[in-house]
Amino acid sequence: MTLNLNWGILLEESATGDGPYWTLLATGLQWTLATALTGWVIALLVGSIVGVLRTLPYRPLALLGDIYVEVFRNIPLLVQLFFWFFVWPEVVPQEIGRWMKQDMPYPEFITAALGLGWFTAARVAEQVKSGILSLPRGQKNAALALGFSLPQTYRLVILPQAFRVVIPPLTSEFMNIFKNSAAALAIGLTELTFQMKQMVEYSNEVIVSIAAVTTIYMTLAFAVNRGMAWLEKKARVPGMIGGGR
Amino acid sequence: MNTDASPMIRFVNVNKWYGRDHHVLKNINLEVRQGEVVVVCGPSGSGKSTLIRTINQLEPINNGEIWVDGIRANDPRTNINKLREEVGFVFQHFNLYPHLSVLDNITLAPIQVKKIPKDLAERTAMELLERVGLANKKDAYPANLSGGQQQRVAIARGLAMNPQVMLFDEPTSALDPEMIGEVLAVMKQLAESGMTMMVVTHEMGFAREVADRVVFLDQGVILEDAKPEQFFTDPQTDRAKQFLRQILAPMHQ
Repeated sequence: MTLNLNWGILLEESATGDGPYWTLLATGLQWTLATALTGWVIALLVGSIVGVLRTLPYRPLALLGDIYVEVFRNIPLLVQLFFWFFVWPEVVPQEIGRWMKQDMPYPEFITAALGLGWFTAARVAEQVKSGILSLPRGQKNAALALGFSLPQTYRLVILPQAFRVVIPPLTSEFMNIFKNSAAALAIGLTELTFQMKQMVEYSNEVIVSIAAVTTIYMTLAFAVNRGMAWLEKKARVPGMIGGGR
Repeated sequence: MNTDASPMIRFVNVNKWYGRDHHVLKNINLEVRQGEVVVVCGPSGSGKSTLIRTINQLEPINNGEIWVDGIRANDPRTNINKLREEVGFVFQHFNLYPHLSVLDNITLAPIQVKKIPKDLAERTAMELLERVGLANKKDAYPANLSGGQQQRVAIARGLAMNPQVMLFDEPTSALDPEMIGEVLAVMKQLAESGMTMMVVTHEMGFAREVADRVVFLDQGVILEDAKPEQFFTDPQTDRAKQFLRQILAPMHQ
């Protein structure tokens, strides 16, 4: 069997009329980056709040956090994206629904970024919670005993330690959000995998198309991994978890 | 403000249960006057740590009253955070913040809670570090300090809030024997400066030398409340006699 690989196809003009094939992938990369990064910001924010809620000494709030995680973690991402894109505009008040369907700018991108963010937030919440629970109880008591309010205790004492503990698992989630963003092709976002499919269809160079996109995804994940490793090293404090080697 | 006549800490008929069955504090009545040093001792599980933790409400109580400097600590309308600023607490396991330097450990609460300017807070912190003999460690992290050093920093951290009372919950129990002395020396110096102190400890030497009163607790009941001399030479209850025998000469019973 001989493989006839035409790498030059990347530089050839595409049949879609959008320029050479590599620009197709570049556009895809832009949307992948935008979706994953926006989603990550949402995931960190929402996930931290939900994770903290679940450790609070107020039952109803903790329960609310638990419910969030159960719902968003137990439903497939693809189903969630379909829900936000197709079902949600039908359930909200008609005015808002119409705006979502007709006037909302970049509906695929916004839906994908939010959906991906909320989905990942459940996983971040789980990590943040376990990070908080891994700290000795004395830390909270020591802060309270000095007159810190509970919010101050979390902000100044608990979270700075908990986040250091969970940098490694958060790294995985950060890498996952780039890979999971591929699901957004299902609602028509022209992200990297969507563009790969386009290229396959128009150029018929299946292997080259997939190989190129695979390389891009791997590079992204690798960059995230290295970046987080740098952060972990920078945030390292003598005697805390993660310092042992 | 407190006058000399009214007690700094007052327990009135305090009861606490863990769960439904474990009655950990039984009808506690106790007063600590301003400037007084009271040592609380008793066998393991007697409720002494719980007792000291109820003062700043790290442990809530089921009924009774706890008064600190004329403020009722267990009143839901009391601003408990405000009250805790007045009550320094030193833990058995130090509980320094591992992500902050020694200096930041001490200045965090004054800056964030009392809103004291950073430079002033740092100056005070350095004075306190000087006092506990650790000025040269201001940039170290807790993990790089010995247990005795960590506990001295923890005492400085408590003092930085300029509290009315200092509470010590077995401050030397987690230390290597040769480090106990340095911590007790700091506590003795603090007692001599007139600080009101309540100390849960098994260091009977400290009790004898520094305390004004010794309180002996067993199964949640205060069995003895006496001057050290009287407590050590003439304990009133068999339980205290037995406890003293065990703790003073553990090999010869």
